[in-house]
Amino acid sequence: MARALINMPKTAKRGEIVEVRAMIAHPMETGYRIGPNGSNIPRDIIRRFACSYDGEEVFWADLHPAVSANPFIAFTLVASTSGVIEFTWTDDAGRTQTASATITVG
Amino acid sequence: MHEDPLRVHGRLVGRRQFLRVGMTGLLVISLPRWALARPSLDEAIRTFTGGADVLDGRVRLDLPPLVENGNAVGITVAAESPMTADDYVRRIAVFNQKNPEANVAVFHLGPRSGRAAVSTRIRLATSQVVVAVAEMSDGSFWSSRASAIVTLAACIEDLS
Repeated sequence: MARALINMPKTAKRGEIVEVRAMIAHPMETGYRIGPNGSNIPRDIIRRFACSYDGEEVFWADLHPAVSANPFIAFTLVASTSGVIEFTWTDDAGRTQTASATITVG
Repeated sequence: MHEDPLRVHGRLVGRRQFLRVGMTGLLVISLPRWALARPSLDEAIRTFTGGADVLDGRVRLDLPPLVENGNAVGITVAAESPMTADDYVRRIAVFNQKNPEANVAVFHLGPRSGRAAVSTRIRLATSQVVVAVAEMSDGSFWSSRASAIVTLAACIEDLS
């Protein structure tokens, strides 16, 4: 679907709270804008963003057209175990884009 | 001053009242279609809470008071919560007053979030009020509101 960026620390102490910043290149077309030919530009929105950490979905968000283009979401997680953190974006058509980051917990 | 009587719904209506009713009607007709379709801010919050009371406090909504570009307004919502297994923030929702749709986003958190704080960038179609509501694990709802003045509007610009 598009390019996704994840920004989070690579290492953390056990129990430390780490900040995760996720962004994806996406127009988030609202469906309310009028195009050059006078008709509405069709809606194209990322509806859901989810983050799972060692198999459990720990954070997710329902997004609406009022979220800016190239949606950026920052949140926090408790570093519990070393492993892969998976991120999934799902759009109106059900297409998904995934990204992942590894964290080493010492 | 003598007013020309008009008969509306079998009632005599004075000129002033006739004008008042007419102007209101015109105003309603001239509103864009989405402005009538969207639920009000309070209705949207009620749908989210399921009718439960929303209390003030425990939530902080950071929104710049003066927004130059309504296409990307950075907001941060933080709720006061220990974020332990039995006392945490379940959801944080953001609503707006005057965009074509009242919902902005709903964030689902849990004890593994560590802190009840989220940041994102939103669109604001005009100067308006933004409300953040947090649902705690005990089922209570807390909210905070902030208003922003927007100079360049988002969402509804004409590209033609």
